[in-house]
Amino acid sequence: MNWICRKYTLNFFPMTPDFTQSFPLRAERVHEVCGPCAASFAAVCASSTRGSVIWIREYWRPGTLNPLGLLPFFDPGKLLIAKVKDQTEGLAVAEEALRDGTTPLVILEISQPMGLIQGRRLQLSARAGKSTGLCLIPDGMGSNAAESRWHAAPIFDPFSAPGDSTLQRYELIKNKSGTLGFWHVRWDTASRRLHLVSATGE
Amino acid sequence: MFDGIQRRVVSIWFPRLASDRVLRMRPVEGPFALTHSLSNTNRIYCLNGAAERLGLSAGMPFSDARAFCPDLQSRPADLLADKRFQHALRRWAVRYCPWVGLEDDDGLVLDITGTAHLFGGEAELLMDMRQRLSRAGITACIGLGDSRGAAWALAHHGEGSAPVGATSDVLQDLTVAALRLEEKTVTGLGRLGLRTIGELANAARAPLTRRFGPSLLMRLDQALGQQPEQITPLKDPPHYGVRITLPDPIGIKSDVMEGTSRLLTQLCAKLKSHETGARILALTLRRVDQDSQQVELRLARPMRDASRILPLFERGIDDVDAGYGIDQMRLEAVQVEPMPVQQLSHVSTGHKDQLDDLITRIGTRIGLENVQRFLPADSHIPEHSYQIAAAAFSSPESAWSTIRPRPLHIFPPAPLLGTHAAPTPPKRFRWRRMSFATARASGPERIAPEWWLEADEWRTGVRDYWCVETRQGRRLWLFFTPQSPSWYVQGEFA
Repeated sequence: MNWICRKYTLNFFPMTPDFTQSFPLRAERVHEVCGPCAASFAAVCASSTRGSVIWIREYWRPGTLNPLGLLPFFDPGKLLIAKVKDQTEGLAVAEEALRDGTTPLVILEISQPMGLIQGRRLQLSARAGKSTGLCLIPDGMGSNAAESRWHAAPIFDPFSAPGDSTLQRYELIKNKSGTLGFWHVRWDTASRRLHLVSATGE
Repeated sequence: MFDGIQRRVVSIWFPRLASDRVLRMRPVEGPFALTHSLSNTNRIYCLNGAAERLGLSAGMPFSDARAFCPDLQSRPADLLADKRFQHALRRWAVRYCPWVGLEDDDGLVLDITGTAHLFGGEAELLMDMRQRLSRAGITACIGLGDSRGAAWALAHHGEGSAPVGATSDVLQDLTVAALRLEEKTVTGLGRLGLRTIGELANAARAPLTRRFGPSLLMRLDQALGQQPEQITPLKDPPHYGVRITLPDPIGIKSDVMEGTSRLLTQLCAKLKSHETGARILALTLRRVDQDSQQVELRLARPMRDASRILPLFERGIDDVDAGYGIDQMRLEAVQVEPMPVQQLSHVSTGHKDQLDDLITRIGTRIGLENVQRFLPADSHIPEHSYQIAAAAFSSPESAWSTIRPRPLHIFPPAPLLGTHAAPTPPKRFRWRRMSFATARASGPERIAPEWWLEADEWRTGVRDYWCVETRQGRRLWLFFTPQSPSWYVQGEFA
């Protein structure tokens, strides 16, 4: 463990800010996440919400979410999947769901670049419905209207115990109301909590 | 003024209802019979004229009938379909009068009081009835009398019509069996020497009641019209449609919504009285130029709450082109489902209602079947360990369980080319144009195909699944097929 900490503190960030300030994502806003672990980032966000979660996905995407894989995060019974034809339809459904506010979290998978207008509309409907939106974006396709943008990537941890879940690096690459930073986290399946692995500083 | 109108009743008896129904679909030359298995014997249930002329009769064992008549064609009887056919005939008979009831399993009874003149008189009405039935290939015996009992007697015994007020004269010579009596009573009366209705009517009443009970004289009085007997028409299925015609055409959205709200209030009251909820609603807007536009609303759950349904119509009404204005609106519940009245409880169900409304609203945009949820399924095969069901037609279940960790994403197995075919995971491999080096692997977990199901992707036999942690960070779900050695990637862990 010491070895990891030493290695990561060598980075150029003078001080890593407090994770709790940015991580439970700010409510009533739309956020973005990219990187290989974007889906698991979304699952972590969904685990802390009360009520149903809508996951909007284009029907032609290869592969499916596996509800048994979601089981360590939350009860798959509270997940609703909306299969949409294209991104326009997906944005419309997301706007509808955000404005309704029945589902505290709306997850939208995005395949094409999103303009400022679409991003702003999502932002406004999230505010109207008092719900949180999360867009899973391909690298570099975010909208400027997003409240924050994260990059989630897995890291190989040579010292992890056999039952541990993947060590991940959550990097905040855009933040409208705060500083940037990166953290190493690991999902604890037993307590269903996100554990911060790398302590800041010493 | 109306006291003088004499009640007139028609009784129609279909002696070969079941066989006529089958023969209408599939005409047969020669003797034909329907068989019905009753108390371990296959007996003749109903037969056609040709078979009757050969000496066969209903109720005789089918094997005897085959011995008498080797070229007898037969089919098993379908009692439910016969009942449906009788109901269909009842609907047809409403063309003569509105007051039509069922008589036993093989007849109809019509109260034609005051409707015969529409067909030119009673004789013409009966003629019309006979012609239409015979054109449809249905054998019918029709009786007409002043009371239900008399009409029944004339339909089953003798077939004729009794003129107004002369019922007792016509029934005089019929046997007592025409009074709808039990077999035992008919035999008892025969022993007393009372064989016709006339003889029975002239006999002393008190000893008859003492011997046979009150039902005998009740039947006699009903036939002679001295005691009333009701005809119960069947209820028509409720019609869930309401409409409004406007004096001036409307075109503003708020006006159309107001009209819809008035229609919905009416419709929901009707739905509530029948304890049903609407599943599909259709709103037809007729324009001044006779063109009409339809807005369909498919609901995620049967509903009859007007204030909740109305906002769901908003999106559909937005798309309507009002043209020169709308002057008629019609709202119909196309599909309804039973929705019993429920006891209110202190546990709030508000959240679920809101969620159903959201599903409906999203469903109007992308199709109700495209809003889905996962349901657990009992299988070890990764692809079959869950089901995907439309959220509107299922309720969430929470019986999820797994023994070993499962990947978050699963995809169609992608073969790892260029890897050695050994049962331990490859040290290095390329997948999706990325190269990976195995750092740690746990497994194997052997999953065998379900032989009772046909699945092409499991042709390669059993699979040994490995969870592989790569040096690049990603954790992948690989499997090896020992029966045709090669490696595949099927999933990625969270």
